[in-house]
Amino acid sequence: MPEARATISPGLHGFHGGLDLDYHKAPACDRPIGEMPLVDEYVLPLHMHIGAPAIPVVAVGDHVRRGQLLARPDDFISAAIHAPTSGVIQAIEPRGLPHPGGLSAQSIVLAADGEDREAEPLEPWPDYQNRSPVEIRARLREAGIVGLGGAVFPTAVKLATANPGGVETLVLNGAECEPFISCDDRLMQEAPEPILRGAQMMLHAVGASRCLIGIEDNKPRAIEALQAVIDRLAADEDERRFEIKVVPSIYPAGGEKQLIRTLTGIEVPRNRHVTDYRLLCLNVGTVANSWHAVVEGRALTERVVTVTGGGVAEPRNLRVRVGTPMAKVIEAAGGYTQGVDRLLMGGPMMGFALHEDAVPVVKATNCLLAMRPVDRDPTPPPQPCIRCSRCSEACPADLLPQQLYWYARAQQFERSHDYHLFDCIECGVCSAVCPSHIPLVQYFRHAKTEIWSAEREKAKAEHARRRFEFHNERIERQKAEREAALAKKRAAIKAAQEKAAKKDAQEADAPANANGEGRKSATTSADDGKSAASMSIEAARARAKERKARVQQGPRGQGEPGEPGEPGEPDGAAPPSDESTERPGGSS
Amino acid sequence: MKFPVQTSPHVEARSNVADVMTVVLWALVPGTVVATWLLGWGVLFNVALAVGAAWLTEALMLWLRARPFQPALSDRSVLITGWILALCLPNLAPWWLPVVGAVFAVVVAKQLYGGIGYNLFNPAMVGYVVLLVSFPEAMTRWGAPIEGGAASLTLAEAAQWTFFGVLPGATGFDALSQATPLDQWRMVVTQGGEVTGAGLSIWQGGAWSVWLNLAFLAGGAWMFYRGAIRWHIPVAMVAGVLLTAALLWGIDPERFADPLFHLVTGGVIFGALFVATDPVTASTTPRGRLVFGFGIGVLAVLIRSFGNYPDGVAFAILLMNLAVPLIDYYTQPPVFGRKDRVGTDTEGR
Repeated sequence: MPEARATISPGLHGFHGGLDLDYHKAPACDRPIGEMPLVDEYVLPLHMHIGAPAIPVVAVGDHVRRGQLLARPDDFISAAIHAPTSGVIQAIEPRGLPHPGGLSAQSIVLAADGEDREAEPLEPWPDYQNRSPVEIRARLREAGIVGLGGAVFPTAVKLATANPGGVETLVLNGAECEPFISCDDRLMQEAPEPILRGAQMMLHAVGASRCLIGIEDNKPRAIEALQAVIDRLAADEDERRFEIKVVPSIYPAGGEKQLIRTLTGIEVPRNRHVTDYRLLCLNVGTVANSWHAVVEGRALTERVVTVTGGGVAEPRNLRVRVGTPMAKVIEAAGGYTQGVDRLLMGGPMMGFALHEDAVPVVKATNCLLAMRPVDRDPTPPPQPCIRCSRCSEACPADLLPQQLYWYARAQQFERSHDYHLFDCIECGVCSAVCPSHIPLVQYFRHAKTEIWSAEREKAKAEHARRRFEFHNERIERQKAEREAALAKKRAAIKAAQEKAAKKDAQEADAPANANGEGRKSATTSADDGKSAASMSIEAARARAKERKARVQQGPRGQGEPGEPGEPGEPDGAAPPSDESTERPGGSS
Repeated sequence: MKFPVQTSPHVEARSNVADVMTVVLWALVPGTVVATWLLGWGVLFNVALAVGAAWLTEALMLWLRARPFQPALSDRSVLITGWILALCLPNLAPWWLPVVGAVFAVVVAKQLYGGIGYNLFNPAMVGYVVLLVSFPEAMTRWGAPIEGGAASLTLAEAAQWTFFGVLPGATGFDALSQATPLDQWRMVVTQGGEVTGAGLSIWQGGAWSVWLNLAFLAGGAWMFYRGAIRWHIPVAMVAGVLLTAALLWGIDPERFADPLFHLVTGGVIFGALFVATDPVTASTTPRGRLVFGFGIGVLAVLIRSFGNYPDGVAFAILLMNLAVPLIDYYTQPPVFGRKDRVGTDTEGR
């Protein structure tokens, strides 16, 4: 059955390359979003967003309610985590993550009590217009809002990167370009109002004057639903800032920079922010949840997940609480079919295969894609590159993948860098068109990690070198100081001796009054000399003490180069001076 | 449930190398049919001998290099090498000529460089050039087209000539053969004659070369339609030939042939469509392909006009093969969001 298509908007710009894929959005997209039933146990990794892991604010045994804060954001780039339902904190321990490397990470384990009692919500702000952008950002942070398009970047931070008053256009990303995924499509069809209300709130929060909504032409029902609300807003509230732009369904049309290029013609380079171009791009699900957070005071505790692929019995979209084990979600979609052999989080182009389905749904989980071998062609073994350049013709970043591959294979990573390796967005188009079936993206990921680790090594070596130099410098300085003190001491002794000798000579010159007297006075003068020497030693000690105190206050404060500030790091050899065997700076 | 882990993307390419090669093989058919009709059975013998020798050599080399047979032999690239070489050879060539050329092409130009994808030079052209410099006499055995020429030989007669060097009855080799237009032009020029007076034009060799070129063009159109080649190299190469020839002709029309003569004689059209477009040895960037094709066109005419060999296309292609890494490096398209070109990424990552 041919897919229904909307008419593509005029005046778009398009981007180089891309791929026309088989989308497989039906049947999941043809059914309304279902409600995922409660389960017994929820697992909430403390690191389910980009940035620093959140810090738990609950202890094992605590009773919590839905929406209650479980972990607060650490650091600037971080996001809060809230309880998906009511229950008891059972453990805070490492659990398996949905991660391509099959890693574990510290997670909060919540045993549900099945009552699903709500916590007191945050104060609702229906009058958000009276709130400053700073307050709105704080609320988004408090509510744990992150980008739900899959990148999970904390939304408050994204807004904060905009220069003051620097955003002119808000771009809503409704271009869900990966095959199989339809959670945004369904959300736009079923809940267009919160999306547009959320967008209004965002326009206020960043001071933008218009909103472009980019949707692919294979989502006619979503376009219709949003358009209906936009028309109503225009009639009722004279709200004319919204415009839907229907973009062609060419993967990766939903990539942020590809979408911006298509809508505005602006190409945002890799090392620049979208906000540098007075733009801000947000996923439709993100703005809807932002609206719930700001206006209703509801924290982010659930998201829509597409559960699909030939490997599940009843493909559909489900509203799933964050932390739900994936196996339960698959169960809710009818369970696996015979022969399933691959479970992906995300789409087939950029999603990653999971080791197991015991890991939880996190805020980034837009899709669970269970595949059977019949859903794919068999993977033939890779053959040598014939330089046909189909990859470069399809690359949306205008790269030359075959050259990158050549240098990555030859381990000439410097050369890969020359060919702009780091502009690769890992969209997978090159691998998908390669007639030699070379896993090109894999090579690029590998090359990137090699370069990163080489840079880390370099930085480490540089750090060690500076520390060594500083260490040598300090030893030199201490030696010089000690010698200076010693020289002073010697000078003092010498002066005293000379003085005594002079005195002796005077006495010898004088006619001897009495032998005993002379001897006595000689002894006295020797005592004098001795006390002068001991005085100078005392002075040297005092100076050393002073120096020690100075050093202990920390050369860091004085801006000494490369002095280790991290406690516990070895400091090379201990300073050889007897008066200062403690590690300078280490106590801080 | 546990799953094995694969990496993204989780979709597979819809085509493979063999598909790409198959398009090229089909594209060679019209030209081969027309060439056989015009020049006789010798063309088909050349094709059969070169393709067979190339395939067997590839298999032998894979065995010697302890490489798996299946992928390399099923990608069909070696068939193209043999076939292209065969279409470059004279139609009255002895049997060993295509065999020696194909063996050299596969052993030295392809397998010793590492097999498909790793060769710097076009194997067929290497084979051709080796034959040209090693066996100049055998390489001039061009039978005249159609009327009374090599095409008049029956299959059996042609086979006898190819394998045993025996011609039927009283037929002498000279009666069948004819200098190619490029040879004639060379002869006229080297003997101090005037090209214009010698009646050399595109029709001089008969309309046959036009028919042959049209057949090659049909194959090229098919390859373009199927996405096996891009337009850049053929168009740039033809432009290079026409511009250079026009320049020289404009300077001295008595000494240099006209652009159209250059275009339809020798291997310009065939080379532009089938040889220069070999992806392995050609430039891969759009602008690089223009440079690469244009360079071949210019060099081909210069070699024809000032060099020692009648046709310059093969040498021109090999020379430009040599320049490909450089061309590719300096013709990188600007990356998304960046208007500069090469190696100027001074900002950190």
